[in-house]
Amino acid sequence: MPSTQAVDAPTVLEAQGLRKRFGDREALKGVSLSVTRGELAAVIGPNGAGKTTLLSILAGIQRPDEGTVSKAPGEIGWVPQQAALYGKLTVAENLDLFARLERVPDPADTVDRMLELTDLRDRADDQVGTLSGGNKQRVNIAIGLLARPEVLLLDEPSAALDPRQRERLWEFIVRLASEGTTVIYATHNIQEADRYARQLVLLADGERLFDGSPRELEQLVGAHGLDFEAAFVRFLHQQGH
Amino acid sequence: MRWLLVKDLRILRRSPLLVSLLVLYPIVIAVLIGFAVSRGPDKPEVAFYNELPASAGTLELGGRKIDLTDESNQIFDSIKPVQVKSRAEAIQKVKDGDVLAAIIVPKDLTERLQSGLESGVVKVYYNAEDPAKKQFVENTIKAQVQRANAALTKRIAEEALRLLDLISTGGDYRFLGQDIGILGLRESEAILRNARAELPRSSPQRDEIDRVLGFAKLARDNLSFSDDVLAVVGEPIKVSAESLQGGRNSLSSFAVALSVAVSLMFITLLLAAGALALEREENAFPRLVRGLVSRTGLLVEKAGLATICSVAACLLMLLGLGVFVSLDWGRFPLWVLALVFAGLGFAALGLAIGALTREVRAASLLAFMLALPLAFLALVPSGSVAPALYDVTRVVSALFPFKPTLDALNAALNDSGDVLGPLLHLALLTLGFGALARIGLRRFA
Repeated sequence: MPSTQAVDAPTVLEAQGLRKRFGDREALKGVSLSVTRGELAAVIGPNGAGKTTLLSILAGIQRPDEGTVSKAPGEIGWVPQQAALYGKLTVAENLDLFARLERVPDPADTVDRMLELTDLRDRADDQVGTLSGGNKQRVNIAIGLLARPEVLLLDEPSAALDPRQRERLWEFIVRLASEGTTVIYATHNIQEADRYARQLVLLADGERLFDGSPRELEQLVGAHGLDFEAAFVRFLHQQGH
Repeated sequence: MRWLLVKDLRILRRSPLLVSLLVLYPIVIAVLIGFAVSRGPDKPEVAFYNELPASAGTLELGGRKIDLTDESNQIFDSIKPVQVKSRAEAIQKVKDGDVLAAIIVPKDLTERLQSGLESGVVKVYYNAEDPAKKQFVENTIKAQVQRANAALTKRIAEEALRLLDLISTGGDYRFLGQDIGILGLRESEAILRNARAELPRSSPQRDEIDRVLGFAKLARDNLSFSDDVLAVVGEPIKVSAESLQGGRNSLSSFAVALSVAVSLMFITLLLAAGALALEREENAFPRLVRGLVSRTGLLVEKAGLATICSVAACLLMLLGLGVFVSLDWGRFPLWVLALVFAGLGFAALGLAIGALTREVRAASLLAFMLALPLAFLALVPSGSVAPALYDVTRVVSALFPFKPTLDALNAALNDSGDVLGPLLHLALLTLGFGALARIGLRRFA
């Protein structure tokens, strides 16, 4: 179920030549990317490829040693892998707190809108600690959307969710993209990248090896008759990883 | 920052067990420490057996009788006597641990004292289960026997004084059941003057009488100082104490300051360290410092939270203590000032702990492990350890907020010394530990 946004949509986020070192290890080696409005872009790669580092730099949590990002951190929504929520506060209180910290013009209206968007109105007064993992992740994403960012970064959004929760979460994310929000997500789940992303950014050892659609990747490796995961593994082998 | 503070207070309100423990535990610890410091050991139970026969219970001195049983009762001011019927029973009670010690007044006590050649010997039995108990018993019993000795000496001095007065002024003295009239120096002098007046002017006996008159006058004049001399004999060394450092507040007033300082330390340290570490455990820290609040702002908010809560808890504690201990409410603004500065000092230390440990459990454990040794170090009295070790304890105490907190609270509550110095000390520690916490936040996420 890929995004239906037009390919010619305007670019909303651009990163150029991002480099990041941790001691002797170079986590990112001059990575660039560009995403358009309403795009669903997946950042994939093996463990230690630099996916989380790339998203952290785009979100402004880490500073790159080199390179630029076209948007300021405040203009980008960020959703960490683990729900960054206060378990003792209710869903509405969590949303209200972050809405006020984000200095949104009308916190009450924004909270109302997010409860509607996440379909959690009936759980608004429940403490977040009592929610299922899927619902927590929806609140987590809603907080990333409070300031109405054009770009939303999701780090492993469906990790630790069961299949049913995962399905509901992706329905929610795809709806966001269809409404114009650009979504960039990092994932280990190759099937999710194939199924939902229209743009793939494939990293390995801090290098960007591929930037294109899943079909383009399949064509590149000549993977006719193979599933996408086999095509992904073959591509990595071809690239010496 | 205001919304973060509201959030934290809301979380605390929804954690009643945590808040109860956070407030009750330090208060219980503080009250116990304060109680231990302000109260010496209660009257220990001591078995007491008097072997003196009823007829031998008095000591005759200069014709007057002193009741030894009355004098020995002075010991009972500081011990709780358990009367027993025999020496064997007394010893058995000590062995069974029913009493701390046993005191036996031997039957020859009066005889020995009466002889004037030997000291009376009181026998004491006790268990020396450990060195601390042994020292406690020895000190307690020795101190009480010395008190009885002092009382006896005073009575003897009084009798001696009465006898000297008899020599000076004359009067009746009872000896072996008979009253004997003592002429006295004053009367002797008068008789001699009369006799001298009746002698012819040229009589050589006049010179002899003048010499005796001179001696009598000299003796009377000097005997008039005898009460002072005997007072010195009775108490040859008096103590005139002058405090060079610290105040003159009583032990109970100091215990109040100590209890409040301990409570403040626990509440603030645990709250500040835990609240900061919780932001990381809830994964909220990266989200917060991504433009919503600065790292320094977050530290200020947590310091404010911990200080507000601990100061409020300690003021409530003081209100409660005020029912039992006399507090100078006119100094209330100084109390608040000292509590706020102390709260900020401990909050900064707690934040440094929270930032460095990064986990609520580890932060709480470290805060807890650090707190009690800090309190004990600050209470090490000078002269109780080697000079070099004492210097080390002073330096270590000065590096943490407990000692200046205790000084500030003692000064604020009890008008004991300077408040400004400890407050400045606390302000410096707040800045120091605040900076350490800020550095710790660099690798906090």
